[in-house]
Formats: sequence, C-alpha cells, structure tokens
Amino acid sequence: MKLVTGVIQPHRLDEVKSALEAAGVRGMTVSEASGYGRQKGHTEVYRGAEYTVDLVPKVRVEVLVSDEDVTAVSDAIIGAAQTGKIGDGKVWVVPVEDVARVRTGEHGDAAL
Amino acid sequence: MEEFVLDTGNTAWMLTASSLVLLMTPGLAFFYGGMVRGKSVLNMMMMSFSAIGVAGLVWAVYGYGLAFGTTAGGFIGNPADALLLSLDDAEWWGASITGVPALVFAGFQATFAIITVALISGAIADRVKFGTWIAFAALWVTLVYAPIAHWVWGGGLLGVGPIVDALSLPIDFAGGTVVHINAGAAGLALALVIGKRKGFGTEPMRPHNLPFVMLGAGLLWFGWFGFNAGSELAADSTAGRAWVNTLIATCVAMLAWLLTEKFRDGHATSLGAASGVVAGLVAITPAAGTVQLVGAIVIGLVAGVLCALAVGLKYKFGYDDSLDVVGVHLVGGLVGTILIGFFATNGVLGSFYFEGSLDGLFYGGGATQLVTQVVAALMSVVYSFVVTFLIALLLKVIAGWRVTEEDEVGGIDLAVHGESGYETITEVR
Repeated sequence: MKLVTGVIQPHRLDEVKSALEAAGVRGMTVSEASGYGRQKGHTEVYRGAEYTVDLVPKVRVEVLVSDEDVTAVSDAIIGAAQTGKIGDGKVWVVPVEDVARVRTGEHGDAAL
Repeated sequence: MEEFVLDTGNTAWMLTASSLVLLMTPGLAFFYGGMVRGKSVLNMMMMSFSAIGVAGLVWAVYGYGLAFGTTAGGFIGNPADALLLSLDDAEWWGASITGVPALVFAGFQATFAIITVALISGAIADRVKFGTWIAFAALWVTLVYAPIAHWVWGGGLLGVGPIVDALSLPIDFAGGTVVHINAGAAGLALALVIGKRKGFGTEPMRPHNLPFVMLGAGLLWFGWFGFNAGSELAADSTAGRAWVNTLIATCVAMLAWLLTEKFRDGHATSLGAASGVVAGLVAITPAAGTVQLVGAIVIGLVAGVLCALAVGLKYKFGYDDSLDVVGVHLVGGLVGTILIGFFATNGVLGSFYFEGSLDGLFYGGGATQLVTQVVAALMSVVYSFVVTFLIALLLKVIAGWRVTEEDEVGGIDLAVHGESGYETITEVR
C-alpha cells in the first residue's frame, strides 16, 4: 500500500477530484496548506510598504492506494493539476505499513 | 440674559449631526481595527470605544467648561461655568443666532472631543497598556484638547485678542487645527515616547481585515457629514455648502490616492481607497463652509497625493506611527488649514461666524489670511506636540506604557482583555 500526496494549486482542486474519481478512487483527504517552492511567494503593497508573502495558499490531497494503482492515481493528480506555470505543486508517494477501516476493523488492502 | 427663542429646525439638525459624529468613533474602530493584525483587533477597537467613555464623561463633568467657559487670558475657559453641564438654553455664544439650546451645542462638541482622542490611538497600535491609555485619554482631553478648542472656538486667543487684531480671524470651520492637526501632532509625540513595535520595519504587519477598513471608512464618511455640515450649527445654505464640499473633496482625494499608488506601486488598492477617503475628509474639514467647489477639488487633490506620499515617512525616519495618524491627520489637516489661505471666500459666502477673517490669496484678499492660517496651524502643532510629549513621559514614569514583549508578540487581545477576536489566529502566511 502507498500514500499518494499531492500539494496543488487551490483552483485545480475540482479537476483533480474529477480525475481521481474517473481513475476509480473512492476516497480522499483534502486539507488547506501553505507553502512555496520555486514560486517563492508574492509581494503585496499596503500604503506603499511592500510585504513579501512567502507562504502562499495550497491544497493538499492525500489518497491511500494499493501498490498496483499508484501510477494511475499519481498520474491522474499530475494530469489534472498541471497548468505549466511555476507554483503547480508536487506529488509524492510513500509506503504505508498498514491501513485499518475503523468501522469494521478490516486491515490491509481490504480496508482501502 | 435675553430671552431664548428655540429654532426647532436648527435644533433638530444639530441633534442629528451630533449622532452622526458620534457614529464616527465606532466607525474609526473598524477602520483602525481592520488595519492591525488579527491578534490585536479587539484592543485597537477598544481604544476607540474607551475614548467614547472617558472623553464623554470628562466633557460632561468639566471639559465643556474648560473649552467654552469664560476665558482666562485667552488660554482656557472657566470650568465652573458649566460643571456637569448645568446650562441655561441661552448660555452660549450662538444661542440667539441659531436658536439651538446650549445643552445641544455641548453635546455636539462632546462628540468632537471623543473622536479626536480616538484618532490618536492609531499611532500606538498593538503595544500599550489599556489602563495607561485610559489615563492618557482623560489627561489629554483636559490639558490639550480643551485648551485648543477654547483658543479656536471658545473665545480664546485664536478667536479674539492680539493675534486676531494683528492678522485676521483664523478659519477652522470644523476642526482642522482643533481635531486633525492636534491629533496628528499628539500621535507623533506618543509614537516617539512609546517606541516601535517589535519587528517594525522588518516583519510584515499586514492589515488583517480590509473589508473592516472599508466599512470603517464608509461609516466615517457618513458621520463626517454631521461633523462638517453640523459645524455650521444651523440648517442653512452654508451647511449645504459644507455638505457638498465634504462629498466632492473626498471623491477627489480618493481618486488622487488611488492614482498615486497605481503609478508608484502598480495597483489601486482597497486600503488606498479607504485611506484617500479619510485624507480628503480630514483636509476639507477646516475649509468645508468657506471655500467654493473649485477650492474643495484642489484641497482634495492635494490631500490625496500628499497623504499617500506622507505615509511612507515613518519608515524613513523610523517612528512607528502604526496606522498613519501623522501621514493622514497631521498632513491632511495642514493641507486643508493652509489652503484656506488661498481659497477662502468668506465675504462671498457670508458664513456668519467668520466675520473678521479675510478672503484668500486667490480671491483678492492678499496674503494676510494665509499667514493667519499658518500661525494657527503652527500653534496647534507646537502646543499639542509639546504637551502630549510631557503627558506621555509622565505616564511612562508613573504607570509605564508598554505591555511585555511576550504579550505583544503573543497578542495583546488575549493578554490585556482576555479575549480573542477570532476563533483561531493563524499568522502563517
């Protein structure tokens, strides 16, 4: 099992959700996040004073998948989140030792 | 004492105008509150609300008498004349001209003392002990506001006597010297004594709620029609002129501020619009009833541009006038007060209580009124700055001004008031 995490532009969330649903994903966790990569924040000006805002709003999408679905799911996120501009975000995959469904107590792939 | 004849129209207008002016201070609380960080919004708003409480009470007990009682050498009035506002209807200088009872006039004037104290609080956001602020408010109304109001409006040394005889009668229709120059100079003195916030000039201190700022600017503008048109003290054509000038000068100042920052910074901002509105209102205040529309337009234009530039001075000189009381109120007040020397048309308009002042330079009156305006402005700046500085030093020694650094960084709302403005305060940006 793997955890696929994507940190994406907030305005691409709807497209990413649709692409994940089309790829057969039945659940996900979405949270608001702040951060920057090469985009390096932006500048705001208040009464002539410049403020560099390092951390810009992002959305984090997390999906637990079985090993064979990893490529399809991460490609779905990348494809739907991509605009080609700096600030599109990152997708990464980490191994997951175990998953349990709280309602039934099932473990492993059965809990996905 | 001659018999008092009530004028119901004028009295109704003055009661309305007083209520409008009082609304300016809660409006100011939103204007200022939105501009600070989320962790100190309540303290900022509380400085305005507490100014209503303290200045209102002081005014009623003895402050009105200090400002409008029988003069002692032109400097201060006799508080015994109106202790606890025990006034006969006819017991004020305008009673027979306006038909407005003295108590209504005293109430109207109370709202001016209140907003002037509240204005100063913008210079010292996020960092002062609430008790020290309360003590300051009481002392300041007594020792700074009441004397200057007396000089200008209460029959003091800027209303009659050697200065007026040598030059002419200064024009301050609704409070350029008494309110705005006064508050601006006091804000500068306080900011210098109290010192900078931790992180001033290095850490971002962004306005946390610009919609609040816009709401506050709107309420201020609405209330300002009572401030300026009400300062005619009657419902007449000069009040109408003051109303229209208050609209148009403010329109121009807002546009001028937006254009200035569009050219300089690349964006026309909502904070710029709100700030331009206030700069225009400040500048037209002393001139509202005594300039024609072209004067109002020029005053708005100059104020919008100059104030937009002046708000940067604090970074250059390193004083933390947090919300630009100096850049907006001192500079805007000076713009309006001095431009009167060019644009006043007192004779043409016949505003009844400026007999003794002259037409401005552009209206054939020569330079005398301009000199008078500069003198009145300088007296207000110097007196307000010096006495405020001394009051601030005294309080620094007796009570201390600053909350602890820990409380300042953690948020003054929780430390001083035991409350938070919002459920969660995330400073993560």
